[in-house]
Amino acid sequence: MEMVNITIDGKKIQVPKTATVLEAAQSAGITVPTLCYHPELRPEGACRVCMVEVEGARSLVASCVYPVNEGMVVRTSTAAVRDARKTVVELLLANHPQDCLSCQRNLNCELQTIAADLGIRKIRFEGEKKHYPLDANNPSLVRDQDKCILCGRCIRACSERQGVHVYSFVNRGFNTTVSPAFNEGLEEAPCTFCGQCASVCPTAAIVEKDDTAAVWAALSDPKKHVVVQTAPAVRVALGEALGMGPGSIVTGKMVAALRRLGFDRVFDTDFSADLTILEEGNELIERLSHNGKLPMITSCSPGWVNFIEILYPDLLDHLSTAKSPQQMFGALVKTYYAEKTGIDPKDIVSVSIMPCTAKKAEAVRPEMKSSGYQDVDFVLTTRELGRMIREAGLDFEKLAKEEFDAPLGISTGAGVIFGATGGVMEAALRTVAEVVTGKPLDCIDFHGVRGLTGIKEAEVELGDLKVKVAVAHTLANARMLLDKIRAGEADYQFIEVMACPGGCIGGGGQPVPVCADIRQKRVDAIYDCDQCSTLRKSHDNPAVKELYDTWLGKPLGEKSHKLLHTHYHPQERG
Amino acid sequence: MSNTEKKCCCGGNDGKHFAQLDEILVKYQGVKGALIPVLQEAQNAYGYLPKDVVKRIAEKMNIPASQIYGVATFYAQFHLNPRGRNIIRVCQGTACHVRGAKAVLKAIEDQLQIAAGQTTPDLQFTIETVACIGACGLAPVMMINDDTHGRLTPAIVPEILKKYS
Repeated sequence: MEMVNITIDGKKIQVPKTATVLEAAQSAGITVPTLCYHPELRPEGACRVCMVEVEGARSLVASCVYPVNEGMVVRTSTAAVRDARKTVVELLLANHPQDCLSCQRNLNCELQTIAADLGIRKIRFEGEKKHYPLDANNPSLVRDQDKCILCGRCIRACSERQGVHVYSFVNRGFNTTVSPAFNEGLEEAPCTFCGQCASVCPTAAIVEKDDTAAVWAALSDPKKHVVVQTAPAVRVALGEALGMGPGSIVTGKMVAALRRLGFDRVFDTDFSADLTILEEGNELIERLSHNGKLPMITSCSPGWVNFIEILYPDLLDHLSTAKSPQQMFGALVKTYYAEKTGIDPKDIVSVSIMPCTAKKAEAVRPEMKSSGYQDVDFVLTTRELGRMIREAGLDFEKLAKEEFDAPLGISTGAGVIFGATGGVMEAALRTVAEVVTGKPLDCIDFHGVRGLTGIKEAEVELGDLKVKVAVAHTLANARMLLDKIRAGEADYQFIEVMACPGGCIGGGGQPVPVCADIRQKRVDAIYDCDQCSTLRKSHDNPAVKELYDTWLGKPLGEKSHKLLHTHYHPQERG
Repeated sequence: MSNTEKKCCCGGNDGKHFAQLDEILVKYQGVKGALIPVLQEAQNAYGYLPKDVVKRIAEKMNIPASQIYGVATFYAQFHLNPRGRNIIRVCQGTACHVRGAKAVLKAIEDQLQIAAGQTTPDLQFTIETVACIGACGLAPVMMINDDTHGRLTPAIVPEILKKYS
């Protein structure tokens, strides 16, 4: 790589010729404040908070878009630079609600942090403030344009990362907003509710719909039996929301905290992830052996299911009919569990903790009532659980580990890896291989489907059967695979798609901020959880075996069909 | 998607409604940077940019509808709502302002019972404000379509409007 020499705040450094001044500063350990800049999105140079002085330049330059040059001399903290940055932030604050104390992003807001870092004590500018109605007509996300600073990160995340293009800058000048086409609400736009926009938003302009009040109410109702399930990806990220480092595995503390909050039973979505593997794995074998529609594509990620229903409805019969683990769990709680414990299902409140905003919308889909009730009553994101734990005043780091309740809390390592991209594929292969060959696998680690590459392909031998598989995460990557299928160029038999980068560990409901480095740590933690499990294959899960033996019958059987499988329908939106 | 044709929002029916648009789209097929000319010609053809027209442009030009909406709302020349047969442009420039343009605008708004920027329900009139039409000697002034009306007072507004209804 060609390098250039530059001087930054008196320090001589070498940086790649293609670097920006901001990247150069970061490599020299110098922090330059940024707002519209996001390390994983195309730089925009819109907010001007990252301005620095470059010797010889006519004015201050936006370091996030300014390329380095041989011999360049940069100063990042002169009086002029500090003044200019302050002015920019003061102007932003002049048109921003001053309700930090009661804001959902209080103490976790990039604008607030920058205002604090720059020592802003007084806003010199007063003027008209924008005022727009809330966009809150969907189950997943709330958009408050009054809090929008027009950084455009959500536009770029939705377009570049997800390829969905919901947002654009609309109108101009003071009246500029970020909106879907025709100023529609997200429920009318082709939005998948994946929440990646919320996860890159520096302020509270896009946040998850907060359902904590409803859950608190259920918890304090003595007539209700409140059960909770926790998704695999929550245990490796919740710690971040409570002051712990990225990649901390907090499974036991999380279980303890949920009991302190008052949940009557603490169960694990990993259990129904194992169940998903048995249903979906057998569905794959069925499709392979009976000329079914191939490639079969996983259906656990509700953002992904929305995506294909909205944009590729002609390919819906490629989706596995198996419900997501959340919904399988929900269906079982108010049937199997209710029967086993003798609790009237109408008194059960079923809560799930998910890394995901789209799960909130999935739970209220009209077909998700196979128990006769809404199968999952409330879905909380990892962030919301973090807030409840703080509200309850629990010292999370000091909580002693506790175990999940039986039987719906018993799971295997195959269930936990659902949380990372490639995990569902690997879990399925572990089971399908043994079902097909009838022999235990020598090595159950399928490294070919792991890792953060956008699209992974692998060929797997299942006895005499050769299966070509693909794994995609982010919807932009999923689109590439779908286009291949449409064009008849996809020779895969099985595809896993997750809507979010890195899979569920990078979900739209996970703690923010997040970047590639943090996602990698969460992925590593997920595979550590798998490695430490005694049981690592879904079909070895004793609780799942018991469920089939005593109640469900066999995978793809009649009861499974009714409770654990679903159908999809095209969504006409946008 | 393919159902957009059925969901026409301006009274046209199915394929027929899009005949003019499709001609425009064919003309600009494969031309880079053609969005603005396409929007201009579509607006000429339909009087404004109806939602289903924008959606069809998005689909055929493979540009996200959100981006087209962004462009159409950025430029003052594009209209996303139906406009009246008669466009009233009331000048609010400096010369007109000092000679009572505000009162004239209010008289027009009261007479037609709509605000500036809006169109009457019978699609007869649209009121717009402009910053100057270059006829300051006649202030306060307005244009209705291509006619210029000067030395206005609130009192003579109804009489002028009557000529166009």
